[in-house]
Amino acid sequence: MSLSRQDVAKVGMLARLALTEADLDRMTGELSKIVEFVSQLSTLDTADVEPLAHPLDTRNVFRDDEPGTSLSTEQALASAPRHDGSCFLVPAVLGESGSA
Amino acid sequence: MTSPSATTAPYTTVIGLEVHVQLQTRTKLFCGCSTSFGAPPNTQVCPTCLGLPGSLPVMNRRAFDLALRSALALNCKIAPFTKWDRKNYFYPDLPKGYQISQYDLPFSSDGSLEVVDPKGEFSRQVGIVRVHLEEDAGKSMHDEAAGVADSRIDLNRTGTPLCEIVSEPDLRSPQEARAWLGELKLLLVYLGVSDCNMQEGSLRVDANVNLHIPRDDGSLAKTPIVEIKNMNSFRSVERALAYEAARQYEEWQATGAELGSAPKQTRGWDDAAGVTRGQRHKEESSDYRYFPEPDLVPVTVSEEQVAAVRAEMGEPPAVLRGQLQETWKISAYDADVLVNQGRDLVSWYEQLARLTGDGKVASNWMQQDVLRTLNERASTIAEFPLEPAAVADIIGRIAKGDFDTSRGREIFAAVVETGKSVAEVVAEMGIAAVDDSDLEALCRELIAANPKIVADVQGGKEQAAGGLIGQAKRKNPNVNPGKVRAMCLELIKRGEA
Repeated sequence: MSLSRQDVAKVGMLARLALTEADLDRMTGELSKIVEFVSQLSTLDTADVEPLAHPLDTRNVFRDDEPGTSLSTEQALASAPRHDGSCFLVPAVLGESGSA
Repeated sequence: MTSPSATTAPYTTVIGLEVHVQLQTRTKLFCGCSTSFGAPPNTQVCPTCLGLPGSLPVMNRRAFDLALRSALALNCKIAPFTKWDRKNYFYPDLPKGYQISQYDLPFSSDGSLEVVDPKGEFSRQVGIVRVHLEEDAGKSMHDEAAGVADSRIDLNRTGTPLCEIVSEPDLRSPQEARAWLGELKLLLVYLGVSDCNMQEGSLRVDANVNLHIPRDDGSLAKTPIVEIKNMNSFRSVERALAYEAARQYEEWQATGAELGSAPKQTRGWDDAAGVTRGQRHKEESSDYRYFPEPDLVPVTVSEEQVAAVRAEMGEPPAVLRGQLQETWKISAYDADVLVNQGRDLVSWYEQLARLTGDGKVASNWMQQDVLRTLNERASTIAEFPLEPAAVADIIGRIAKGDFDTSRGREIFAAVVETGKSVAEVVAEMGIAAVDDSDLEALCRELIAANPKIVADVQGGKEQAAGGLIGQAKRKNPNVNPGKVRAMCLELIKRGEA
């Protein structure tokens, strides 16, 4: 299995990476090699292997619904490139939220 | 099953709903930050919900239990094994760059919730595809008036636990959709799962809608599915769906476009203008590249756990309506009115019904006097100044003939107003039961003064006696009209007038 240039362009767009034509050429080759390497797994017979949802055997890790310590607004905003003292500032967001 | 639009429109409206409800927890889904509404921006945030490097999520047990309760109330199958997944997208209100949600192994699926119109106009069993547990995003605010400036991001809401409830496309009219949402909200509020406050965003609805239009040859044309967003009340949901159905029919007549001819369109509801508008379509928006969340371990649910949650769940509204009709012999309509007011009011009613032994009379007092008072004061039954025993006392005195119902209402109002006991109010208003000899004397006086009425009654027109009751009440406001009527008729018939 290998990746097309189009696949890589799409993945790049989804990751918001500005890939140049040269980047695309290089990445298509490199990513294809990675995918080919991983796809060796598909040669294995997994008929008797249970699907793995998580590498750890641990299950059911919960905490109680008890308030912990929150940051101060000042601390929360400290690493933000821009803020107004109460909110993070970002370039104008006018479209719909991507949330579903 | 019928719906109003199905009988008049030349098409069937097919509606499915996607509802997000905020679970009533004290803290967020994966960290200990408070979920309370209305705090100043970015005061309820920590490294975990801000998505700072090195932080790790830990699941809130209460959130999971409440989600489980919701799913059981919606008759869902509970998966014995469930996990969480990352839904990847970029948006400024999502600091991690992904939402922790559930993809292929949600904790519940295959449920149903029925809505029955109390007036009998429709009933609909609506399938539930799935209920899953996920985190909310933050809030972005943009001041349009200020021109194209920055957007401000408040992350207090980020990580708040949400149940996502996805219905099958089983609803067949905007009215049904609204009624079903009402039933869903009532159910979730009854179970203490969510306050479902739409103003505060605790309940949000998106709707998928298209039309099935019968063609002359008997085949069915299906219009492309549209998802409607941005509806801020159940009334807007109903209006948006009605608008969208009409719009789709018009578009289909003009273009003939059918399902599958274009990707699903998203339209936003503009409540002020009363229209839906197409939103910018992003080709890639549906590619969320889900993968299993490595920072959370899976959760297993045993049958014992399910049984325990079920046992402490309490009756859902639909069951309670049936119980009230059965136990207290009230109509489906009356049971609906009472149950829709919430569990506390139903408990109050049940106490009143037990004390009076008459469910119908108790229901009338609840609906006419208690509910009216609550509405006037914009308050809840928990804040109501009277105990059921006080109202039962008034009802008991009416039954004994101490005074009539209208006098009873005045006493009720005075007790609510003054906070005094029924006995005190009765004494202060000078309401004493008129004794039988006084009553008889009064009736004789009236009969002597009204020969025309007497003649009418003797001529077979018993209703003419009504004229005597008004006069009796003017002479003595404490007389019981029923007793006056009975005694006057008896005296006239005995010819003692």
